[in-house]
Amino acid sequence: MRFGIVRFPGSCDEVDALAAASRVGDAVLLWHADHDLQGVDAVIVPGGFSYGDYLRAGAIARFAPVMAQVEEFARDGGLVLGICNGFQVLCEAGLLPGALLVNLSLKFVFRQVELEVVRGDTAFTNAGPSEGRLSIPVKHTTGRFYAPEAELDRLEAAGQVLLRYAPGHNPNGSLRDIAGVCNEAGNVFGLMPHPEHAVDPLGGSVDGLTIFESMRAHVEQHVLA
Amino acid sequence: MRARVLVRPKAGILDPQGQAVERALPALGFAGVRNVHVGRLIELDVDDPARLPEMCDRLLTNPLIEDWEIEEAPEVAETTR
Amino acid sequence: MSSSTSSLDARHRQLGLTDDEYARILDRLGRPPGDVELAMLSLMWSEHCGYKHSRRLLRRLPTEGPHLLLGPGENAGAVDVGGGLAVAFKVESHNHPSAVEPFQGAATGVGGILRDVFAVGARPIAVLDSLRFGEPAASSRSRYLLERAVAGIGFYGNSIGVPTVGGEIYFESSYEANCLINAMCLGLAPHERLIRSAAAGVGNVVVLLGALTGRDGIGGASVLASAELGEGDEAKRPSVQIGDPFTEKKLLECCLELLDRELLVSLQDLGAAGLTSAASEMAARGGVGLTLDLCQIPLREADMEPFEIMVSESQERMLCVARPECVGELLAVCERWEVLATTIGCVTQGDTLQVLHRGNAVAELPVSVLVDDCPLYDLEPAPAPSDLYGSPVAVLGGSESPAEVLLALLRSPNLASRRPVFEQYDPVVQSRTIRRPDEADAAVLMLPDGSAIAVSIDGNGRRVAVDPRRGAAEAVYECSANLACVGAEPLGLTNCLNFGNPEKPHVAWQLIEAVEGLSEACEALGIPVVGGNVSLYNEAPSGPIFPTPVVGMVGKLPHASRAGRLGFACDGDAIALVGPFDPAAAGSELSKLRGEAPVGDLPDADARAIRVVHEAVRARVRSGAFRSAHDIAEGGVAVALAECAVAGGIGASVRLPGGLDPFGEAPGRGFIVSGPREALAGFVVIGTVGGDSLTIDGLLELGVSELRAARDGGLAEWV
Repeated sequence: MRFGIVRFPGSCDEVDALAAASRVGDAVLLWHADHDLQGVDAVIVPGGFSYGDYLRAGAIARFAPVMAQVEEFARDGGLVLGICNGFQVLCEAGLLPGALLVNLSLKFVFRQVELEVVRGDTAFTNAGPSEGRLSIPVKHTTGRFYAPEAELDRLEAAGQVLLRYAPGHNPNGSLRDIAGVCNEAGNVFGLMPHPEHAVDPLGGSVDGLTIFESMRAHVEQHVLA
Repeated sequence: MRARVLVRPKAGILDPQGQAVERALPALGFAGVRNVHVGRLIELDVDDPARLPEMCDRLLTNPLIEDWEIEEAPEVAETTR
Repeated sequence: MSSSTSSLDARHRQLGLTDDEYARILDRLGRPPGDVELAMLSLMWSEHCGYKHSRRLLRRLPTEGPHLLLGPGENAGAVDVGGGLAVAFKVESHNHPSAVEPFQGAATGVGGILRDVFAVGARPIAVLDSLRFGEPAASSRSRYLLERAVAGIGFYGNSIGVPTVGGEIYFESSYEANCLINAMCLGLAPHERLIRSAAAGVGNVVVLLGALTGRDGIGGASVLASAELGEGDEAKRPSVQIGDPFTEKKLLECCLELLDRELLVSLQDLGAAGLTSAASEMAARGGVGLTLDLCQIPLREADMEPFEIMVSESQERMLCVARPECVGELLAVCERWEVLATTIGCVTQGDTLQVLHRGNAVAELPVSVLVDDCPLYDLEPAPAPSDLYGSPVAVLGGSESPAEVLLALLRSPNLASRRPVFEQYDPVVQSRTIRRPDEADAAVLMLPDGSAIAVSIDGNGRRVAVDPRRGAAEAVYECSANLACVGAEPLGLTNCLNFGNPEKPHVAWQLIEAVEGLSEACEALGIPVVGGNVSLYNEAPSGPIFPTPVVGMVGKLPHASRAGRLGFACDGDAIALVGPFDPAAAGSELSKLRGEAPVGDLPDADARAIRVVHEAVRARVRSGAFRSAHDIAEGGVAVALAECAVAGGIGASVRLPGGLDPFGEAPGRGFIVSGPREALAGFVVIGTVGGDSLTIDGLLELGVSELRAARDGGLAEWV
């Protein structure tokens, strides 16, 4: 199982995602200007401030050459995980529904939050506690999930909401406490919290590992098997 | 052409920046202010203004959350970066 | 090199040079300086670059230590942390720019200190900040400065992916007109990647990296603008520098790759006085000359004058020297990182910094004149009068119960929870942070071999105002105590000396005494000073700021997994009061809340005893005997106990030794520790962990939730 982590100019958490993914499999960095995914089994679009978040968070990164390959990989059913800025990039690219807006507080927020796993039977959540809670930090200025009401109803009905902020833990004003959503096919997932920052017991929580372990389990069962 | 693209939050979308300004103005004694929205202004020189709408839809704005409007702006002699 | 000497005589004064200094320039050069030369000299001979009033004094600080790899004089100091790794670190002020525009001032302060650290080849791994503002309750301007400075620090650090792991904030009315924004950065490098800034190798190429050069920070030098510029052109010289963390992120990654590929001979960041200072320092340290061609420099605005290019303080730029055969690969690496790189000159034999513009030499100055000939002034001290600082507004009358006093202390802006601030900073990016703010007295970052480094920053100006020598020493003791609480042994420290106008005898005295105190404490604890920064003239018509030496200290612990915590951990653990702790009321936070001026006698400090107790605490944190350790600082034992209870989410019941002032202070000397009763044998056990309230026998009983609410509320309303 091999993860590929995209590195844009201005990415910050790509090395962290690389280290976290390396705990459950092989992992390599994918350069933004390359047209090659190096044969990876899953792609992670990491956090940070790609292109400085200038214009809009994620707006410029989605046009990086490597993103064309990522979009094709996703269309072919490959697993794509977007974390924070990566979530924003995937929304801008149209691979995920909705958009991320500036936090209600208008400020950057770092906070260890509790997340409720809405579905524990997906490619990204199968290894975790089903309907359990995860303790994972958020850190962002632009993390308020938004979609029109009808779209939110549709997302919930279709089971595309995978993670919610636990009651009292919504750090940004996300509609319906949504912390992470997947696409209709279930192979592209974006979340604002940073699972790669909850993988080491010395750091306080290892709950983030379940996301990477779930991806490995899914790939080993459905792709590599 | 020197163009101005005005970007504003789509109607009905919660605009906390606008709300913050709307709350701050009366505190400074500016009463009678309503419907404040904070957006962005993008200025650019373009050879083919006909392509501006496409630029807006594809990169300059996110149509899901933002509306845009194009204005012609006075030419400027000197550019700064 | 044309110059109209008649008007120059007045210009040197407008540029901040005295008549004596100008005479000295004429003497050294044997001719009048040209316009560009005068601009360069005025900046290199300024207090900011030349350290005219502090250079002699700073020689007093001890700079030798067994772990030292780079000492004062480089862009940042560095110490060995084992495993072939070095930690480079430095603290620097950005006080005056932040008073003008707090968001950009604080942001570019962070950007500047990051460049200092990667200029020595180290990857920045942590930022800490030391901030001072006027009283938030009394001053809307102070609230504005606080909010915007915090936002600016977060903006830059978060965007560039360097964690902000700690810091401190004090509010005192003496900072009302002069806020302090000190930023400290730590970087990590393999020993072999550490690089010095000395230019070397005649014929080698000088390359400018990073942002375009614009009219940023031209400031006072603009009096040299040629008459051809019309009216209204002043607006073209923005006094506020704008930070661009995205450009710096690329510059950082690019520079580290250039160093890993061994493509650079030397590297230097462009800070105050821009190209002038960077080029002069590189040449001086290498004992060589440099020739720069201004026409090669990429400009943000085409019509910039030579002096503007030489003194521009545009951010996110670095200067490097490379061998000619490496330039091709160097440019290719820069292109990959989308970093602008331009060959702008070469290294020459001799001692001349030559500046060319359109084929003409617009400056030709001996490097020694720029760097070494700046006059140094002796300070003329006289003890500060006891009424130098007024009395603060009283918050407490004196009739309050101990419980009311404790809650008032926890709510006071200086002691309240910093969470509303820390939540605006990313403390975990880069995945090294194992102790975040509020978890321990020092931040702890793990290293690849399972060991860890710890870092703390401190400097309570109120106590230095009471007694500059003892107060400054206390900043060192407290940093060392903070490190002891996580189990770390100090390796080195950096300092930023924030003072008023040193030409005033009482400020000169504060400065001399404080440096003496710092030196004594460093010597007593065996900690070298690896570098630092001086910010003078922090003075308003109402008087100087509190003398504020800020100390940042780095230490090492062998096992990251054993890093200490401050919160009480286990129901039933014993609590001990450890250390030669003999507190007094003078200079305490309670004395401030009671409206008392910063005067009196700070308690004496027995440096030998302090060193012994720091070693004892450190050893027992490392062994796991202490399950929590917290140094007793502002607010005394009572506040320290409350902080341990709130952090641990569990109460405690204690009886204080007879005669001990529960709110008296003696920073750096005493600790509240907890652990199994048998592990605390030999220490003064004062109570037990447990329950959901803090009981101090005969004094007070308060619920942990009450303590937390008071502590959480203090700052939240201002940020």
